[in-house]
Amino acid sequence: MLRKLLIGTALGSGLAFAAHAQDVKEVEMLHWWTSGGEAAALNVLKEDLAKQGFAWKDVPVAGGGGDAAMTALKAMVAAGNYPTASQMLGYTVLDYAAAGVMGDLTETAVKEGWDKSVPAALQKFSVYDGKWVAAPVNVHSVNWLWINKAVMDKIGGTEPKTFDDFIALLDKAKAAGVIPLALGGQNWQEATMFDSVVLSTGGPEFYKKAFNDLDEESLKSDTMKKSFDNLAKLVTYVDPNFSGRDWNLATAMVIKGDALVQVMGDWAKGEFNAAKKAPGTDFLCYRFPGTDGSVVYNSDMFGMFDVPEDRKAAQVALATATLSKSFQSAFNVVKGSVPARTDVPDTDFDACGKKGMADLKAANEGGTLFGSLAQGYGAPPAVANAYKDVVSKFVHGQIKTSDEAVTQLVNAIEDAK
Amino acid sequence: MTTVATQIKLTPEHNARPGASMRSRLQDALPKIVLAPSFAITVVFVYGFILWTVYLSFTNSKTFPSYAITGPRAYQRLWRWTFESDPPSSWYTSITNMGIFGFLYISICLALGLFLAILLDQKIRGEGVLRPIYLYPMALSFIVTGVAWKWFLDPGLGLEQTLHQWGWTSFHFDWIKNKDFVIYTVVIAGVWQASGFIMAMFLAGLRGIDGEIMKAAQIDGATTFQLYRRIVIPLLRPVFLSAFIVLAHLAIKSYDLVVALTSGGPGGSAWLPSNFMYEYTFKRNEMAVGSASAVIMLMTITAIIVPYLYSELRERPR
Repeated sequence: MLRKLLIGTALGSGLAFAAHAQDVKEVEMLHWWTSGGEAAALNVLKEDLAKQGFAWKDVPVAGGGGDAAMTALKAMVAAGNYPTASQMLGYTVLDYAAAGVMGDLTETAVKEGWDKSVPAALQKFSVYDGKWVAAPVNVHSVNWLWINKAVMDKIGGTEPKTFDDFIALLDKAKAAGVIPLALGGQNWQEATMFDSVVLSTGGPEFYKKAFNDLDEESLKSDTMKKSFDNLAKLVTYVDPNFSGRDWNLATAMVIKGDALVQVMGDWAKGEFNAAKKAPGTDFLCYRFPGTDGSVVYNSDMFGMFDVPEDRKAAQVALATATLSKSFQSAFNVVKGSVPARTDVPDTDFDACGKKGMADLKAANEGGTLFGSLAQGYGAPPAVANAYKDVVSKFVHGQIKTSDEAVTQLVNAIEDAK
Repeated sequence: MTTVATQIKLTPEHNARPGASMRSRLQDALPKIVLAPSFAITVVFVYGFILWTVYLSFTNSKTFPSYAITGPRAYQRLWRWTFESDPPSSWYTSITNMGIFGFLYISICLALGLFLAILLDQKIRGEGVLRPIYLYPMALSFIVTGVAWKWFLDPGLGLEQTLHQWGWTSFHFDWIKNKDFVIYTVVIAGVWQASGFIMAMFLAGLRGIDGEIMKAAQIDGATTFQLYRRIVIPLLRPVFLSAFIVLAHLAIKSYDLVVALTSGGPGGSAWLPSNFMYEYTFKRNEMAVGSASAVIMLMTITAIIVPYLYSELRERPR
């Protein structure tokens, strides 16, 4: 059915089906890990597979949020030219699985015991209809602050515990003449920060109701209005040039000490690592004020496609290597995230990583592990993008008041459902 | 006499000979055979896919195409968004931007191109050097133009920063970061790229004007201004038509310029309908809405271009 359905599109992209003769010892991998820290992290997997004799065919498509990569993937799949695996986020995996183009890794999963070691919240996205279709690579959490320690010492700041503390800290930085908050004015970055603001303002229960269950009452509540007001407060602390900036450039501002703090997922730590900065001495990682104990996550998954038989062996090798404890540890140390399985020893991780792993375990057991709406783990892409639209328009002033923002948010989400 | 008669007599026989008839039939058919592949490709890949897009716009296709027709819901949503101006819906932003961009881009390019062409046509020295200088921006892709202008216009990096360093600290130019003005930076970059090409078109047109007419007008006492206004510009009418068509299609497809220059602008304020179409079809998995917007774009273009072509081409064979 799907084949038939896609033929038209396949003609359109003018791509031919590639013919394979014998077992292909090659892994074709589509991803958007092109910035310094990310590329270094992926290299770990590349070397692991090279040891087993599998060549690595890289299909990198740059662009932080993976938008461009997802378009490339859609064209490849529509043309019947599946990659072995592709980096994917949340609902995208389920969309492709529903379209019937994903492979089945259940056999490998049972053998390797994935269902016991991977947190249940993640399995919602890596298992479709009882079949393992994706291998989670890591768990990122979004509610982090990244602070330049030298600047922090200079202004005499301490760890902010509440949102008001945070504002006071930003004021101090402003008074000292540093850019208080490094933000990239792209909609996904603004929305990623807003995820944390909502969690901080409304608490875990509220976050879950509003951003995972899309409960209308919560979305239009006063708490949501307050969250928008808090976001507006934060935006007054960014530099005037923030619009359109890439996230790693914003991180670089913190690394260089031009700015005090960035609110960003823990992939930012990869940038600090790549710049040879150490946690505790060069930079500090705190949970976003008022969100300690909860984890807003996203997870990079390697979606495994339904490749021809001759490429299955390479795919299984890739999946097994991806979820092996040694790779999970080595990769996540470099990438800045935490392992996607909870039974990996934390010995090699730095202080931030250890805290991240402990937080993940606690959140998994305590039921405070929530999908990030901005990162596509809270709701399907249409809703997530409608949400990003509203947040971005609010940040840039097309939407002027928090009242209006809440109305728009409810309408946009209703429209996109 | 005899020869002619024989020939006349021979002709039917000649036609009846199978080999020769094959040949002449082949000769008749050759143009069709040669044109057939490109004709087939055009029919399938242009008109076929137009129909395909129209079809999709009436389904509820999301991530992948779906075939069940479910009615005009996509159009209803677009229609509703057309009037959401405060806060602007993405579609409202896209179509108003298209109006602003299309109008300014086409008119400034035409005016500037004509002006430069007239100046270059004054039999000046060094024309051979000047002409390519103006023309070369057209050789760049929109992406290159976009990135170069993005850096140039960025207040922390380009023009503003440089002038501040030179001491003019009150200088302020942040249009590219401003949601209300970002679309004008797209116009600036677009005009920079295309006006040289339009100039070349006008220059060719000017060179084609008969010198006798000009001399006659000068003898009749026409001023230079009158000469251009009453004689040269009306004679350039076909060039205006070609230039308009080239510019109109460049304006409508300048998706990449917006992306490279502004990455969509603050809060999506630099979107053009092509950006809207791409976003909805490929990023938001709302293929039906994306297709509907593409159909609306096509209808708008048809509504503008067809009457224009009709009126212009009808008058041609005078």
